[in-house]
Amino acid sequence: MTALSLTATYAAMGARRAAVLVFGCVAILVSLVLDVATGPAFLPVAAVAKSVFGLAQDRTVDAIVWSIRLPIAFVALVVGAALGLSGAIMQTILNNPLASSYTLGVSAGAGFGAALVIVLGVAMPVPEAWGIPLMAFLFAGIACAGVYGIGQARESSPEMLVLAGIALLFLFQALLALLQFVASPEALQQIVFWLFGSLQKASWSKLWIITVVLVACIPVLVADVWRLTALKLGDERARGLGVDVRRLRLRSFVLISALTGVAVAFVGTIGFVGLVAPHIARMLVGEDQRSFLPASALYGALLLSLASIASKTVLPGAIVPIGIVTSLIGVPFFVWLILRNRRAFW
Amino acid sequence: MKLTVEGLSVRYGVTQAIEAVDVAAHPGEVLAVIGPNGSGKSSLVKAVAGLVAHAGVVRFDGSPLRPERIGYMPQDIGARAALTVLEAVLLGRLGRLGLRVRPEDLAAVEAVLGELDLMPLASRYLGELSGGQRQLVFLAQALASEPSLLLLDEPISALDIRHQLEVMEIVLRMTRARGLTTLVILHDLNIAARFADRVLVMRAGRTACCGRPEAVIDAAMVASIFGVEATFSSDPQGRLIVTPLRALAAA
Repeated sequence: MTALSLTATYAAMGARRAAVLVFGCVAILVSLVLDVATGPAFLPVAAVAKSVFGLAQDRTVDAIVWSIRLPIAFVALVVGAALGLSGAIMQTILNNPLASSYTLGVSAGAGFGAALVIVLGVAMPVPEAWGIPLMAFLFAGIACAGVYGIGQARESSPEMLVLAGIALLFLFQALLALLQFVASPEALQQIVFWLFGSLQKASWSKLWIITVVLVACIPVLVADVWRLTALKLGDERARGLGVDVRRLRLRSFVLISALTGVAVAFVGTIGFVGLVAPHIARMLVGEDQRSFLPASALYGALLLSLASIASKTVLPGAIVPIGIVTSLIGVPFFVWLILRNRRAFW
Repeated sequence: MKLTVEGLSVRYGVTQAIEAVDVAAHPGEVLAVIGPNGSGKSSLVKAVAGLVAHAGVVRFDGSPLRPERIGYMPQDIGARAALTVLEAVLLGRLGRLGLRVRPEDLAAVEAVLGELDLMPLASRYLGELSGGQRQLVFLAQALASEPSLLLLDEPISALDIRHQLEVMEIVLRMTRARGLTTLVILHDLNIAARFADRVLVMRAGRTACCGRPEAVIDAAMVASIFGVEATFSSDPQGRLIVTPLRALAAA
């Protein structure tokens, strides 16, 4: 082969990956339109379209589209992207395909934080509607710090960090169960509904907050993109290539904490996206993090957007909590995905 | 450039892996590190690479050794990352890579892939390769960084005999052509005798002896260090051939 052919090989790989990303964007656009067009109000598609483009005469349609459907559809996208991205970072820094914020206790921490506010009615110097998200965000951060802190005890090896995550998952689940045990029937119902995960409380302000956090993570990831790729070869090899593995993990945990915390805080625990989206991305584009991270975010957004549509259509006239839908539809899809994968990536 | 190691010690918890090791290696020289399992060979190389906490002095051309001057190839070849050969070798140039890969980085990778006959595998994933092929990929990665010091931890352990010879010939050729200083951990005494300029023998974390292969590798050393009885002969070119006969009973 000549220099041209290696350049051509590299260009072909790049083009293939760009195509995957473009396809993801197009699919997201289609899914977004369908998400906005569907809902229990059974509005005609033309009426929804008119409202979106500011041509509607009906204030009720405008209210449904602009105050409910559009925020929900967009929040599904940014939450899916945040969960997909945090799962991808976690699987990379822990070199473990089972890692995600859900499987390693970060979401459970957030759930415990939310339940604490619901049960104890902790006095917060903020409106009640923001108390639960704030505590969920705070406890997601505490869980992340816990995983990292315990992991440090053994030189922050990936195995130790995963074990720390599993230990914290059980701890927060036990604490959550304890809160449920002592909760009043009303509080218990509220906790259970929060844990299901739901997009129904989406709003424009929440959308902007999640978007700002998501966008703020991008420059850090861009700067670390090759170091994260090197980490996929193992700690020792990454160190041999000049990567400060300890600092890279610390930075990454901060990002995971922010991304998971802000996503879970507003929509509750949604389990499957953070685990599955990176797997889809890995199969499509490999683990060069320049493609892997954006693909994980895009396909996470697509998954949650599709789940949002499904949550409104599986039971006509009702909205099934999205956390239930992601798992019910996601699990068979995930099993099919890993069974048909011929490459030994895990 | 000359590598100077003085009083190098590494401790893992209560285990003293190596103690007060002195080594010097010169540009254009291949120094083979040999010794039984657990004698501290990998710890020595890792300490020189700055990958483990250590006491003692490591200098390169009289100055502290900077990571970008090192091409390090670790022992473990079990990487199953979803990376192509091209991407894995590109990582050897990590410090120089931006979001967009520059043509000169691709050219450097292409040169080393061509040298190791890996071009046909460039777009294959690491998980699709055999252990030996992966070992070649990580040797390519170490070379792609255009290092001054090459540290190779058992680079031919998973290779068939043809590839063992080919890889060691490449290592020797590059060491000479680029003026590299090369430390290579080997288990095969014949390969060490054939390709190394000098041999450093490790025993229980210390230097047992160091010198030219024909001066160091003899019946007494093989018996005392490895606990093996062996015969010694020469090939038509006069190169040492070691034939292990049997394991000696422990003293």
